[in-house]
Amino acid sequence: MPEASSTKLASTADFDRRDLDWYIDKVVQLIVFFAGISAIIFIIGIFIFITMEGLGFLFEDFTFKEFFLSPFWEPSDEDAPEYGILALIAGTASVTGLAMIVAIPFSLGAAIYIGEFATGKVRETLKVLVELLAAIPSVVWGFIGLSIMNPLIIDLFDVPVGLNVLNAGIILGLMAAPIMTSIAEDALKAVPDRYREAAEALGATRWQVIFKTVLPAAKNGLLGAVLLGVGRGFGETMAVLMATGHAVNIPGSLFDPVRALTATIAAELGETAVGSPHYQALFTIGIFLFIITFLINLTADLIVRGIRKG
Amino acid sequence: MNAIIDQDDNQSPEYAIHTRKLNLWYGTFQALFDVDLSIRNGMITSLIGPSGCGKSTFLRSVNRINERLGYVRIEGDIDVLDNNIYDPAVELVQVRKQIGMVFQRPNPLPISIRDNILFGHRLHNKGSKADQDEIVESALKQVLLWDKVKDRLNHKGTELSLEEQQKLCIARLLPVKPSVLLMDEPCSALDPKGTAAVEELIWELRGEYTILIVTHNMAQARRASEECIFMLMGKVIEHQATEDLFVTPAQKETADYIEGRYG
Ligand SMILES: Nc1ncnc2c1ncn2[C@@H]1O[C@H](COP(=O)(O)OP(=O)(O)O)[C@@H](O)[C@H]1O
Ligand SMILES: [Mg+2]
Repeated sequence: MPEASSTKLASTADFDRRDLDWYIDKVVQLIVFFAGISAIIFIIGIFIFITMEGLGFLFEDFTFKEFFLSPFWEPSDEDAPEYGILALIAGTASVTGLAMIVAIPFSLGAAIYIGEFATGKVRETLKVLVELLAAIPSVVWGFIGLSIMNPLIIDLFDVPVGLNVLNAGIILGLMAAPIMTSIAEDALKAVPDRYREAAEALGATRWQVIFKTVLPAAKNGLLGAVLLGVGRGFGETMAVLMATGHAVNIPGSLFDPVRALTATIAAELGETAVGSPHYQALFTIGIFLFIITFLINLTADLIVRGIRKG
Repeated sequence: MNAIIDQDDNQSPEYAIHTRKLNLWYGTFQALFDVDLSIRNGMITSLIGPSGCGKSTFLRSVNRINERLGYVRIEGDIDVLDNNIYDPAVELVQVRKQIGMVFQRPNPLPISIRDNILFGHRLHNKGSKADQDEIVESALKQVLLWDKVKDRLNHKGTELSLEEQQKLCIARLLPVKPSVLLMDEPCSALDPKGTAAVEELIWELRGEYTILIVTHNMAQARRASEECIFMLMGKVIEHQATEDLFVTPAQKETADYIEGRYG
């Protein structure tokens, strides 16, 4: 035996030998690589598809001014169809704005409680609950808007219809709150404990530690959470379709029905002839939504990662 | 009962910190055993001992910062300037106001240098805006940092070098006017030059404050303190004038430690 091993030692090592493990490693690398870039490929593919479908409208019938500044969305008018999305933008913006007014205090409060006060089992339970809430399908929220909020608003405010900005804003706010809570809590958790300790040792009370130290230190992450909520609001379709009242309208009060950009696409796309100006106009709305949500999410992501400061 | 620690006694007490049978547990693990210590007012006392012997634990129970951990239990008393800080009527904020702490790793807040200095001051002096500039200047001058940072008071405290950060952490305690400063290995994150600079600063503060400083570095203890405490496994082994402790230790364990037989 000793002689055998010594002769082996003496022989030249075959450093270029490739055994099975080497091949498996290469194959796995390739698979992971394609899985990794597939997300990017899909996004680019979708964008190209939407752009091509909407392109005709953009170049032929599209007048920038009319599209963005006209409040009249009358695509089925036979003589003179109008494609103005101003009222739709106003609908989406008003609902999203109200949703943030509802969601920010809820999610910030919940995040502060979970991150800074709750301990042990309570904390774990709450985190799971928040995750569960985030997973409620939007049609369920829409249903709540239709069948619970609607009569409630009619009763409380003595208005004829309860499907309006108020209804959709509250529904959307409750919908966005869990994911915002989750991200805000991550942001609070990312604040190093020695900051809290330093503030506390200087005589800060618990609230002072949170308001003067933790929140300012976490402000980027918190802003990111809000932006993701806004992105969610812009992109949400089903719940706003069901709760807004779906009437083209620039809202003058909380009790006016509105119509959202997303809901318009969802409701009308099935009834348009492929390639018609109406069809293409809907895809142009799609491009607009895509760009807006992409920008919002990108900004949120950059802020959360702290790549951008301030 | 007014729980504010009374500092305006006619004659200042002989001992700044006085503990009786202090025992401390982290959960079920006992970290301090019957600690009886009397730390003289207005002096620098150093606390030495091998890693894990309970130095930080003792220090952190003097300003009750240990209580941040929900699972700490304490028996016994700690008097600071003749007031039992574990009395139920005592307000934590007042304790922290009297007892400043410098941590092992410099921990300036991620706000401007100026706001760092004023952080404690603003907590305890609501509404007074007038002399803030003066406060910032005098605190920074006391820690010998003023000339270096006077042109960038709006920069973040966290952007300074470690040595400067630690000096800033000392400076921000001063406007609160504490009477006791606790320092937990304040130089261990610094290079030799920074160590020398911060040590010199601590020496400058002598007399104005009672300073209890934990150190791993025996040369530092010997250089920088008047009295010295040696701890081992949660117990106080010896407490003497620094010179005596190093030259003629009374206990065998102390002798072993200062001759480097523990690590
Ligand atoms: N937060 C904590 N939880 C549990 N045990 C701790 C904690 N902090 C310190 N200890 C334990 O208490 C003992 C004393 O620690 P410490 O006071 O940090 O020692 P030193 O500062 O002298 O190095 C050690 O055995 C350590 O493991
Ligand atoms: Mg320690």
